[in-house]
Amino acid sequence: MEFFISLWEALPSELQYLIWTLIKIVVIVAPMMLAVAYFTYAERKIIGYMQVRIGPNRVGPKGWLQPIADALKLMFKEIVIPANANKLLFLIAPAITLGPALAAWAVFPFDEKLVLADINAGLLYILALTSIGVYGVIIAGWASNSKYAFLGAMRSAAQIVSYEIAMGFALVGVLVAAGSLNLGEIIKAQQGGFFSWFWLPLLPLFGVYVISGVAETNRAPFDVAEGESEIVAGFHVEYSGMTFAVFFLAEYANIILISALTAVMFMGGWLSPFQGWPVLGALFDWVPGFVWLVIKTGFFMFLFLWLRATFPRYRYDQIMRLGWKVFIPITIVWIAVVGLAVVYQVPWWFD
Amino acid sequence: MTLEKLIFYVLAAVIIAAAMMVVTRRNPVHSALFLILAFVACSGVWMLAEAEFLAIVLVLVYVGAVMVLFLFVLMMLDIDIAVLRAGFIKMLPLGVIMAIAMAAELILIVGPGNFGLEQYAAPVRHAADYSNTEEIGSVLYTVYMYPFEIAAVILLVAIIAAIGLTMRKRPDTKYLDPASQVLVKRDDRVRMVSMDAEKG
Repeated sequence: MEFFISLWEALPSELQYLIWTLIKIVVIVAPMMLAVAYFTYAERKIIGYMQVRIGPNRVGPKGWLQPIADALKLMFKEIVIPANANKLLFLIAPAITLGPALAAWAVFPFDEKLVLADINAGLLYILALTSIGVYGVIIAGWASNSKYAFLGAMRSAAQIVSYEIAMGFALVGVLVAAGSLNLGEIIKAQQGGFFSWFWLPLLPLFGVYVISGVAETNRAPFDVAEGESEIVAGFHVEYSGMTFAVFFLAEYANIILISALTAVMFMGGWLSPFQGWPVLGALFDWVPGFVWLVIKTGFFMFLFLWLRATFPRYRYDQIMRLGWKVFIPITIVWIAVVGLAVVYQVPWWFD
Repeated sequence: MTLEKLIFYVLAAVIIAAAMMVVTRRNPVHSALFLILAFVACSGVWMLAEAEFLAIVLVLVYVGAVMVLFLFVLMMLDIDIAVLRAGFIKMLPLGVIMAIAMAAELILIVGPGNFGLEQYAAPVRHAADYSNTEEIGSVLYTVYMYPFEIAAVILLVAIIAAIGLTMRKRPDTKYLDPASQVLVKRDDRVRMVSMDAEKG
């Protein structure tokens, strides 16, 4: 043991810092991957129950090993590269989709002190990274050298770019209300229990953010990018084996990210819902902030599955109408309202 | 060499290599992708210069929005490289003159004579809690209020003009409004007539 400690201290400080950061990244990414794997299982189970089926129940007790079996199966399958496809772009497209979804967690506050990079421009960083994710879809669709994939990519790119604006504007409302771009500060601005969180004063923005989040991740009812009934599977129709699995991982990692961000922006992140309340506040004081964050994130993740099991797919022109003609005007009006409320210090939230 | 310098030279090399690829690739989609790479590396350099707001906004606006639309159009177009290169030799002298002129201008303006520690003192490092975003915002909305607003209005005019250009009516298309299709009732399409049966 002492040998290792002396070995560690012999390293230059910059290298030590680098290794520490890498370890922290692994500590965040490894549970994320596990969460993604079991989120796919949860999806199949929950939608199964909603449709009066049992869902996967063969592999392991109650089907718990199903995601592991799926991952193994996908890993050992052949990766088919279409004729005349651009091989390099075809293979890096899934990585480009997954990368930003994981990198965004760098500024995410898991608890009061628990954050990898506590930077001032955290919100901007997240907006920038989530806007890069669309390249994976575009490049995949183009590099596949297939019409269906290309159509899926075009649909998806147009949809993601449209809803990104509404999503960004909803977050502008949050940062006006919180007065900071740092995610930790945004949470601290929501102190004071369930009704002090931003979901109430920013209710229209909250709705816009959640719905745009569903559209951004290409999930039902906005999943025209996949559109099984018309363009087979959209942008990833040519992908097989592990390359397909990485797209799948990225989609679920994005859902978890959007859910967690919704919890941070509008639902008080790691704050207790009973904070400062007469009896309940003291009763739930011992619960660590991370647990609250997980409960809130879990609720929004469940919402994604619930929506998928409930609604039919949106028609494409209606998706565009909703994004441009409904959401963007709502967000612009509400940003003005929030701005006025902050300037005139309207009581309860902004005084 | 410190780690920061190493990162800078790696990023600078990536930018230059990507920029070369942008102009030399045959496939316009590849050129656009290399341009995106150049943008991302450039934002890394700005980050090293402690301009985190500009660095992130470069990725957010140029990579996340502008280049997506660029790629969108490039992928749809069927660009024939042979036609584009047809006049290459004929135009070469003009191109060379332009390139030399531009390079000369660049060297005159940003050449080594105008920069370096003699002309400008090394910038002071800011503390970790220094917020670049806040500083830019406070200057932008006080000192540069009018230029900022005017630029915004010009952009708005450009948006409206661009939308206006696409709003032309085309009588030759057979486009139907899906909403009106959905709202059609039976009575709008079918007319029941009662006729006497004919003999035959």
